[in-house]
Amino acid sequence: MKKDEVPQDLSSLGKITKEVCYATDSSGKYGKALSDGWDVKISALDVAWGDIEKRIAAAKQKVLDNEASPLLFFMEYRLMDAAILAGYTGFWQWQVKRHLKPEVFNKLSSQKLQKYAEAFNVSVEDLKSMTVHED
Amino acid sequence: MKIEFEHRQGAHCESGVTSNLLYNSSGGKITEPLAFGIGAGLFFAYIPLIKVNNGPAIAFRTLPGYIFNRTCKSLGIPVISKKFSSKEKAETYLKERLAEGNAVGCQVGVYYLPYFPKEYRFHFNAHNLVVYGTEGDNYLISDPIMETPQTMGSYELERVRFAKGALAPRGHIYYPKPGAIITDDTIKEAIKSGIKKNVYNMLYIPGSFAGVAGIKNTGKKIKKWRDKLGLQKAGLYLAQMVRMQEEIGTGGGGFRYIYAAFLQEADVYLPGNQLAEISVLFTNAGDMWRTAAVHAAGIYKGRLGSQEDFNTMGNYLMEIAEVEKNAFLALKNIKWT
Repeated sequence: MKKDEVPQDLSSLGKITKEVCYATDSSGKYGKALSDGWDVKISALDVAWGDIEKRIAAAKQKVLDNEASPLLFFMEYRLMDAAILAGYTGFWQWQVKRHLKPEVFNKLSSQKLQKYAEAFNVSVEDLKSMTVHED
Repeated sequence: MKIEFEHRQGAHCESGVTSNLLYNSSGGKITEPLAFGIGAGLFFAYIPLIKVNNGPAIAFRTLPGYIFNRTCKSLGIPVISKKFSSKEKAETYLKERLAEGNAVGCQVGVYYLPYFPKEYRFHFNAHNLVVYGTEGDNYLISDPIMETPQTMGSYELERVRFAKGALAPRGHIYYPKPGAIITDDTIKEAIKSGIKKNVYNMLYIPGSFAGVAGIKNTGKKIKKWRDKLGLQKAGLYLAQMVRMQEEIGTGGGGFRYIYAAFLQEADVYLPGNQLAEISVLFTNAGDMWRTAAVHAAGIYKGRLGSQEDFNTMGNYLMEIAEVEKNAFLALKNIKWT
């Protein structure tokens, strides 16, 4: 890639930091060049987030239909699978999976709820009501 | 408290951290491309059985931790490296190192990294940064992919050092033993050894998941993705591949440009071995990866989508495999002078 071909399509990262690429000058010598982003990868990231949004919406509906506990919603929202959530809370994976059932979740002690709330970086109230604040 | 350490932005976190931590011992000679090449950083692997963000795991670089360890080892520098089960002990250890005047590398997860934009926060746990001091209650952070140094509170740093999930860092801290002297002769030998190791990793790992064979095999598989996965999921998979290839931390072209830069710098240390000429082959490979990414974007944006388009996509990878095979064969056949 030549230095004058380094793409400069402003990405959400580009607003915070430019990224280093390695590119050649007119004599073919490599050096660092800064890029604001590239639309090819901006749209790749958009595709990934579009999929995540869909999963979050589907999870929310399941919780509203009483087919899953709010944990499912927050797991999708925080991109966590049972293994990651188990890691953050200290529960076993089978416990996490059990807590995904609304009837089990509703009987959880406030201590256990607190662990989940911490893992998701929300308050216990918000955890129960599926409320999210942008952070 | 601040340690003599200068933040320098890099393309890739681990080779950037390696280069920055070795800056004083090497008098700035171990640049990021040299660290990447000596650490035999270039790779390709496609592991459909491991899922990352609901897509297949595709890697364009070697295993996390490998570049730092290998670079230090090749340069004859002992590495001090530690993981922890206790968060308190991890922080105490960090503070002691800083008090001794050592800047240290830390492996962290990016999900709760406060200065990252939300769109880039995934549960990726093999990010690297340098802690080089404290300022009040905050730690001074040099993250190679950021233009400027950052700060993080004690809880924020603890949270990313103890991120959970695959490759959980467990407070992993590492730094080169101070006081080493790196001579030009050491660098020359390290370059040769790094190239040899990379030739092996790309050409001779058995099976068809890794190296040049992995690229070819992935090309073949992509041609079947449309039928097997459906257009939407196939698009997601391609988007995932492009992100692993081009996203922040790659230097562009799936790390191929960093490697080309490495060979150019290596040529100065070891002239007469055609390294500058071979470097051009890796530039070509990087350019081809980017052409393929543009085509992939056509598919995941919905502009393209026929079986013919998937065949073209697969063929791009098969051509790249051929170019990289020849490039690594050229490296393999060097009779070092």
